[in-house]
Amino acid sequence: MMSEIQSLQGRKVIIHDMSLRDGMHAKREQMTLEQMVSVATALDDAGVPLIQVTHGGGLGGNSLQHGFALHSNEEYLQAVVPKMKQAKISVLLIPGLGTMKELQSAYDCGARSVHVATHCTEADTSPQHIAFARKLGMDTSGFLMMAHLNNPEDLAKQGKLMESYGAQTVYITDSAGYMLPEHVKSRVAALRSVLKPETEIGFHGHHNLGMGIANSIAAIEEGAGRIDASVAGLGAGAGNTPLEVFVAVCERMGIDTGCDLFKLMDLAEDIIVPMMEHMVRVDRASLTLGYAGVYSTFLLHAKRASARFGIPARDILIELGRKKMIGGQEDMIVDTAMTMAKDRGLLNEVTA
Amino acid sequence: MKKIRCALIGSGNIGTDLIYKIQRSPWLEPVWMVGIDPESEGLARARDMGLKTTALGVDGLLPHVLEDNIQIAFDATSAYVHAENSRKLNELGVMMIDLTPAAIGPLCVPPVNLRALADKVEMNVNMISCAGQATIPIVYAISRIQSVAYGEIVASLASKSVGPGTRANLDEFTYTTSNAIQVVGGARKGKALAIINPAEPPMMMRNTISCLTDDVPDQARITESILQMIVEVQKYVPGYRLVNGPIFDDKKVSVFMEVAGLGDYLPRYAGNLDIMTAAATRTAEMFAEEIIAGKIQLKPMELA
Repeated sequence: MMSEIQSLQGRKVIIHDMSLRDGMHAKREQMTLEQMVSVATALDDAGVPLIQVTHGGGLGGNSLQHGFALHSNEEYLQAVVPKMKQAKISVLLIPGLGTMKELQSAYDCGARSVHVATHCTEADTSPQHIAFARKLGMDTSGFLMMAHLNNPEDLAKQGKLMESYGAQTVYITDSAGYMLPEHVKSRVAALRSVLKPETEIGFHGHHNLGMGIANSIAAIEEGAGRIDASVAGLGAGAGNTPLEVFVAVCERMGIDTGCDLFKLMDLAEDIIVPMMEHMVRVDRASLTLGYAGVYSTFLLHAKRASARFGIPARDILIELGRKKMIGGQEDMIVDTAMTMAKDRGLLNEVTA
Repeated sequence: MKKIRCALIGSGNIGTDLIYKIQRSPWLEPVWMVGIDPESEGLARARDMGLKTTALGVDGLLPHVLEDNIQIAFDATSAYVHAENSRKLNELGVMMIDLTPAAIGPLCVPPVNLRALADKVEMNVNMISCAGQATIPIVYAISRIQSVAYGEIVASLASKSVGPGTRANLDEFTYTTSNAIQVVGGARKGKALAIINPAEPPMMMRNTISCLTDDVPDQARITESILQMIVEVQKYVPGYRLVNGPIFDDKKVSVFMEVAGLGDYLPRYAGNLDIMTAAATRTAEMFAEEIIAGKIQLKPMELA
């Protein structure tokens, strides 16, 4: 039965959980230490080898721009790291937001893997950070965000730059959940053709068009060896690639993830879903993100700006897409909503 | 009228843009451009614009400082070489305007503290960063009305306007700007975020300034103070513009600014380049006016 699916039989894939970092966006950064520890220990017990924690924006994320979490990144790391039996804990570092000082501090708290993230055309803002992560001996990935905004050939050049700084893995990051399997395939293939054989390729999906799993499988077909996913999809926008569903699909296809599917199902149902403040799913606004190619983290910000200035969230998101705003420009959501409100006669100019 | 003769160190985007600004100044005259690559486009352009050039770094300039009466030098190289450049030129009595993140001298934001720095005849002043120049006037405009516990700025820059030096050293930009939000802006804690956006056509430089005041903000007085400050900055950066705000949420004040450049060397979207070079030029002019009026005198610094 199902003998037509043979091609990926026996392939090994490393799963990297995002529920406790990307998932922080969906929780408005309000996860308690207890919640983080309970999810992380369950993931560890289910055999997930890499778990990313801390603020949704990663190191340096605590800010008016991205919200203040209940605890410092160090507090989250110090709570989670000692509880791990096999999993390695990772962090996210976006140069321009986080710095090497913060990376050192995360390392001192036990983080041993890092995604160093830049926009998909700006890899040359990451050399210091990638080199420093390697110097610390961390498992170091270069993470090219909003990858749909760069063509395969140029994206591959950006990945090659990150590899030259020392990245051991290069990620294609579909921050907007915009990509379709053919987009993923062409980008993975372009990277594979320029990177050294020992450099791994990763894929980080968002489920805004419901393509998280199909895209991840497409990536594996072209040679990706690392997949980011979140249990029950807990992540920005319509969430990340849902981890337990992805593991089930991998089992059916004979792909080896080393994860315990039933334990992950139970974690999704018993711990993660009850934690959700809103159902993380494809709805009108998150679908708009995927459809228009807008950064997934903008979702809740746009909903808040919508409530305040009376402009529908969908209109704000479409305008942000038109203005080509990228990750990190959350301030431009309020700004754009205010400008739209003025144009629609809902807000007056400030005068002295 | 007599002008103060200047040297520009570093032949990249900032150095080249400075030539245009200084050539227009009634008090300053660009005389030397210093680079390290004889083939560089920047040096060739400087020669075409009538400047003397050297590709031997600051050491190529030193023998000419006294005979050419160079009194002010702008350093647009990197934090790593600035200290040496400054030491060598200060010894010859040349005042340094530091456009690198080195920040070995006091930090300068013209409408906030230039007057005080000129009165003290500081021989090295640091211009912080483009984001610092664009945002700290607003932080100060709020902190001069009531105490600010936390100031945070987000600078969005067009990818084409950010040179290789800044890209390779983003952390220095972050540290320098965060510190200046405190030291010059008057916030007890400062944080700076930078975003580099590759959109085509390139986006104008945007800056969002958010402050948390200790007490509930006095909206009318803070708004008035911000609007006054914008007028002060517009005197040397005409494209400095309020887009939205100030808006108030409890103790948070947010202001959304745009900076359009003059389009001297890079196009108008590169307001970040423009506000840096305009602030540096404004700073040099203040010192030059005082020197010409005989109010201050630059003296060679003793060897350390």
